[in-house]
Amino acid sequence: MSKGTLYDNVWDRHAVRELPTGETQLFVGLHLIHEVTSPQAFGMLEERDLRVAFPDRTFATADHIIPTADLARPFADDQTETMMQELETNTREHDITFFDPGSGAQGIVHVVGPEQGLTQPGMTIVCGDSHTSTHGAFGALGFGIGTSQIRDVLATQCVAMSKQQVRRIEVTGSLPEGVYAKDIILKIIADLGVDGGVGYVYEYGGEAVEALGMDGRMSICNMSIEGGARAGYVNPDETTFDYLKGRRYVPQGEAWDEAVRYWRSIRSDDDADYDDRVRFDGSALEPRVTWGTNPGQGIGITEPVPDPARMNGAREATEQALRHMDLRPGQSMQGVPIDVAFLGSCTNARISDLREAARLLQETGGAVDDSVRALVVPGSEGVKQQAEEERLDAVFRRAGFEWRGAGCSMCLGMNEDQLEGRELCASSSNRNFVGRQGSPDGRTVLMSPAMVVAAAVNGEVTDVRTMMDGD
Amino acid sequence: MSKMQTQTVTRVAGPGVAVRGNDIDTDQVIPARFMKEVTFDNMGQYAFFDARRDDSDAFNDHPFNQHDDASILVVNQNFGCGSSREHAPQALMRWGIEGIVGESFAEIFAGNCQALGIPTATASHDTIERIMERVEQSEGPELTLDVESETVMVGDEVLDVRIKPSQKEALLGGIWDTTSLMKSYLDEVQVTADNLPYLHNFGA
Ligand code: SF4
Repeated sequence: MSKGTLYDNVWDRHAVRELPTGETQLFVGLHLIHEVTSPQAFGMLEERDLRVAFPDRTFATADHIIPTADLARPFADDQTETMMQELETNTREHDITFFDPGSGAQGIVHVVGPEQGLTQPGMTIVCGDSHTSTHGAFGALGFGIGTSQIRDVLATQCVAMSKQQVRRIEVTGSLPEGVYAKDIILKIIADLGVDGGVGYVYEYGGEAVEALGMDGRMSICNMSIEGGARAGYVNPDETTFDYLKGRRYVPQGEAWDEAVRYWRSIRSDDDADYDDRVRFDGSALEPRVTWGTNPGQGIGITEPVPDPARMNGAREATEQALRHMDLRPGQSMQGVPIDVAFLGSCTNARISDLREAARLLQETGGAVDDSVRALVVPGSEGVKQQAEEERLDAVFRRAGFEWRGAGCSMCLGMNEDQLEGRELCASSSNRNFVGRQGSPDGRTVLMSPAMVVAAAVNGEVTDVRTMMDGD
Repeated sequence: MSKMQTQTVTRVAGPGVAVRGNDIDTDQVIPARFMKEVTFDNMGQYAFFDARRDDSDAFNDHPFNQHDDASILVVNQNFGCGSSREHAPQALMRWGIEGIVGESFAEIFAGNCQALGIPTATASHDTIERIMERVEQSEGPELTLDVESETVMVGDEVLDVRIKPSQKEALLGGIWDTTSLMKSYLDEVQVTADNLPYLHNFGA
């Protein structure tokens, strides 16, 4: 069992008691909700005539189905309008703060929490969304939960959970040019497997992780769940505190100093015990892409697509994935034509993602290829506003990208932004599951935002480094 | 459709259905476009919606089309990975599934099943293969998943499976619905909250 890790420290402080099942009743410091997975939970509360126990610890926003083009009410889609009204009613009736569209604070729930300063080190954070692991970037424990558990949290501010093991993942060295946080996590998932983290919480550390800003750390923690780990975190440090300072919901003045002292105290001890340790060499990484239909089916951009005949055990799954993707064993991903470029999602639609993408467009003078439909969907209204102040929107527009409102959009295709037919999408999101982007036959290739830009400009999957050193 | 809060789940029995493949994600169990509803009532019809249809939208030979009376689902590794959507087990439950046996499950999915009183039992690859083969026979035998003894009965053959101790306790004790249980400890919850500095502006 782990000892002296941040996970242990935070877990112990939030453990209310052991339940008869052997699970722990764990107090939830911050509960985030959105329009798709919360209405059923409020329905269950009503059925049982229960009230929300700690309404000031739940915050709501709308992201999953919200349109990112036309926000005029009522929404064009009736179901979307109904879900939105449901959220409005529920938050109003239960005194829950709602960051609604137009408030300046709406956006993807995992972008909004940190941006508002709600997400803080040492908290337990849950949300009816598996990518709640994102918040671990701040040294919080973030868990995705189902709707029945949302009901638990609304009614009791607790979840029932079993303690997990902790795996320390150390990424050494410094990242080469053209390689980003996204490439680190895609590599980790490819090597450890999409179920390699089941039963574990991942603690990410090492020079390559510590050198990242908060946006990069969030990209990594975000995809912990794609590796089967329910949560992933980075120990809080000066980078974390600098990011949080002055944000809307963080303490100010004397309380801020107290907070920082507390946040330092919950870091993993230098001699903490871990249940497992693995190490990656960050300086040996190259830009990565997926070739298959789960996030673990990925390669470095210069590697060939694997041959099912040589894959022990995974032969059938590999064949199936290649058939869906229409790829051949041994071929290169470079040069695979794309139809859509999507720069968005809770993995990679934060301000530094957009800055890097815009920088690349500006420095190369690149424009979106005629064959490609390209869109930028900022992660939140805050990101959008910041980008517009920096005139990044103009850079994107000039290059041929659509500039949209904030939301999940084509990450899961619940609004009008969907792939059509067999379209192939170069995507900065986190899931390449069959049907994920709205079309049952659509195809997704996951990559970093810079790689999305490179693909958009060339109309095909491209090694972004070829644009950087002027080859 | 939904079970009573205090109901114990000791065994589930009925015809089986095998859905083969590792890493079957929740987007396959229920595509996101069917989640635009404010209740779970209609979710049953969306179970494996795309996987059950061919290019011209006709039903294909997916096991859910062939065994539409099944109540025990048999799967391989890492079933239910991906999203936390409870829509996935809700869709399976409302389609008729009462218990699942597999090589392994994604954690959030298994937790969601538990909260609905659906056991998720695990077994070795060989055991699963054995069950699948029997289920896929025409006139395949009924399955009985016994939570107490951690076994699956396939016809007259008894095979060992595992159920996580906490899930077993929850199902047998009728405490898989944790809301009222945890609510009964609200005083202790308040004590925990009082000791968390961030809920009190760090003492300033
Ligand atoms: S952006 Fe995508 S992965 Fe993130 S919360 Fe939205 S739908 Fe989920």
